[in-house]
Amino acid sequence: MKNISAKRLIKRISAFAASMVILLGSSLVANAEAKYTYSYDYWGDVQDSPDAYEVIGVFDCQDLGLPELVEKLLSNVEEPVEEEGEAEEEAEAEEEAAEEEAEAEAEEEASSEEGGASGEGEASEGGEATEGETTVKKNQKADLHSPNISNTSNAITVVGNYIYICDTGNNRIIKVERVGREQFKAVDIIYKINGDVKDNTFDNPTDLQVDEDGNIYVADNGNGRVLKMDSNWNYLMEFGKPDDSTLEEKMDFAPNKIAVDTAGRIYCVADNMNKGLLKYEADGQFSGFVGATPVVYKFWDYIQKRFATQAQREKLVSFVPTEYSNLYMDHDGFIYACSCNLKEEDLKSKSAQAVRRLNLMGNDILIRNGEFPPYGDIYMGNGGPSQIVDVTAFDNDSYVLMDKNRGRIFTYDDQGRLLFAFGGKGNEKGYFKDGAQFLSLDHMGYDLIVMDSSSLSLTVFTPTEYGSMIFQAMDQFDAGEYVQSGETWQKIMDLNGNYDLAYIGVGRALLRQEKYKEAMKYFELKYDDDNYSKAFKQYRKEWVEKHILAIFIVAFGVLIVPMIISKIGKIKYEIDTADIFKF
Amino acid sequence: MLTSARIESLRKFWKSFKFAFYCATHPLDGYWDLTHEKRGTYAAANAILLLTILSRILKLQFTSFVIDPIYYPDINIFLYIASIVFPLALWVVGNWALTTLFDGKGRLGQVYMATCYCMLPYPLIQIPLIFLSNVVTTEERQFYDVLSVVSLVWVLLWIVLAMGQIHEYSVGKNFVFTIGSLFAMLIIVFILLLFFSMISQGIAYFISVGKELAYRLS
Repeated sequence: MKNISAKRLIKRISAFAASMVILLGSSLVANAEAKYTYSYDYWGDVQDSPDAYEVIGVFDCQDLGLPELVEKLLSNVEEPVEEEGEAEEEAEAEEEAAEEEAEAEAEEEASSEEGGASGEGEASEGGEATEGETTVKKNQKADLHSPNISNTSNAITVVGNYIYICDTGNNRIIKVERVGREQFKAVDIIYKINGDVKDNTFDNPTDLQVDEDGNIYVADNGNGRVLKMDSNWNYLMEFGKPDDSTLEEKMDFAPNKIAVDTAGRIYCVADNMNKGLLKYEADGQFSGFVGATPVVYKFWDYIQKRFATQAQREKLVSFVPTEYSNLYMDHDGFIYACSCNLKEEDLKSKSAQAVRRLNLMGNDILIRNGEFPPYGDIYMGNGGPSQIVDVTAFDNDSYVLMDKNRGRIFTYDDQGRLLFAFGGKGNEKGYFKDGAQFLSLDHMGYDLIVMDSSSLSLTVFTPTEYGSMIFQAMDQFDAGEYVQSGETWQKIMDLNGNYDLAYIGVGRALLRQEKYKEAMKYFELKYDDDNYSKAFKQYRKEWVEKHILAIFIVAFGVLIVPMIISKIGKIKYEIDTADIFKF
Repeated sequence: MLTSARIESLRKFWKSFKFAFYCATHPLDGYWDLTHEKRGTYAAANAILLLTILSRILKLQFTSFVIDPIYYPDINIFLYIASIVFPLALWVVGNWALTTLFDGKGRLGQVYMATCYCMLPYPLIQIPLIFLSNVVTTEERQFYDVLSVVSLVWVLLWIVLAMGQIHEYSVGKNFVFTIGSLFAMLIIVFILLLFFSMISQGIAYFISVGKELAYRLS
């Protein structure tokens, strides 16, 4: 009887234990939701992280005060009316289109509060208007006095305290001032430029840059030129289609993204040109292509191509370099260039790079010491690789990539290691709308500003305490304040115990303080073999110097003593077997 | 208690175990004597196999992360041990099954014994390498890699040589049957996979029939 009850008890206990395991397990699974901010560990496992950036605010056209500014400009200046006349002249064959435009404008003014919705309405009606007519050069959808930013606007540029928004679809440029930490205000709208020039309006302006002297450069995509103006928008010169024999005559030149260096040279990404960046000298002379991406092809593709017939060969994808999607000139004069539409296998086999850092010769000098190359998400699932549409770099050589595919922002340090990634697709604050055509990114200090062309708003991020400590620790290390840097990394580690870079940061600080043994411990914890080796080399040197006597004694013991013993043995043997002792 | 018979068997074991060291330096002579002079024992062969497995496990545990970073969540120690034992079993069976048809003189047990004897260089080199791995930096890891490769090449080459001696094959014939044995291994793996998938489908069939019956009758 007793035996049976004992068995029953065991059964009950085990059943209870099993149910507890299931319950706990399910609750753990329920809790395991993806966090907003994450990074990767040595093995590429996703490690949740405290938020490194928080949203100061999302500023749409209303918040920026764009409608008021438009009205003010319309009432003050008569010029924009002229502009409208001009636009009508060009579209004279299609008066209907103009009417529709006017309607759309009226609609928008009526429902200007619903920024996104009316923007879409405008886009669709504009689309109808242009359908029948392809010969008209100017952008028909353009509405110079729209109280909204167009949903094709695809660049923002931060200059000092100002943000320039290229309102591509409306052929204008909006200048926004940061009045306070959380206050942004549109201060100017540029419809046209001054000076003696054939066409003084923009057509699809896609990028704007400002050089050291304050001269403004605009990539005037539809007009096929890059404009150079002084700070008061007075025309200085323009860079047109390069006079180069390798380019097709018929092809339209459409500059898309530009970067300007301190000498006034221009680097330009143009639509449908994959030979690299177009480089212009300051005097407007085209000086060639730089920094084309290396062509990726597989041996098997090559073989296939060799044996294919002409017809088959035309069907195969040709091996051409990929186009860059965006550019950023950093404070050292190096160009960060990113490409999207890369293949997962090419990124993983490291034969294609999502971001490159080009020197003046066009050579890639980006440091890729991380366990994974900087291409955004490592785990891509069915969505494919991250599409890096914009890049910006801080003054401490860390850089930020904007992924259009999943709406994420990836921050890398100067060694190419992922500091943190955050963001996503959604309607909440800090997320980006699904289906955004353009996400453009720039930075103001350590604040990040993202223009979402779908919700037509600026999202402004600022580092949290955690994020700013990371930047602080790196800056302290660069400044040679190793003790302070180590302390800061230690604080970061307290906030995020799974953060590899915190351990490595503490280790590097200790290494510089010549505390090799402790540094080795930190590096070993996070599998940093290179830094571990540096520390170990020094530690080993110290150890050998300290124990040199002991090493000699042991070596003597191991090598010499057995020799002596065997020699003695031999002598003994000879004595034992010697004839003279035989009687 | 240590009876004289026990001491005698221990002495025999030790002698046959020491013979593995002779084989490691004199492959042709050694492996001929191993079977023809009956100088090898199964006990010593098993001991060498155990030593090899042990050195693999020690290597897993104690090699420096500089040389070999290990993702422990993915390690299954039984699979890890099987990664030595399973290929060994395949090789022994595959080699014997083929050579026995083409007047190879070695028996199944002798193929096993000789192959195990060939594995001695592996623990002999790998165990000291564990110590070496902990005193090298990333720049010096070539020393480690070279020695590690040497241990593998040594073992593989010695297995080929040993088979030639055991089966009394000429060099050319030995080479052909080494390649043949590899194909035999592939065929065995194929048949095993086929077998397991057939069996599992058969079982699944009877289970579904049983479920159907239970559903109809209830």
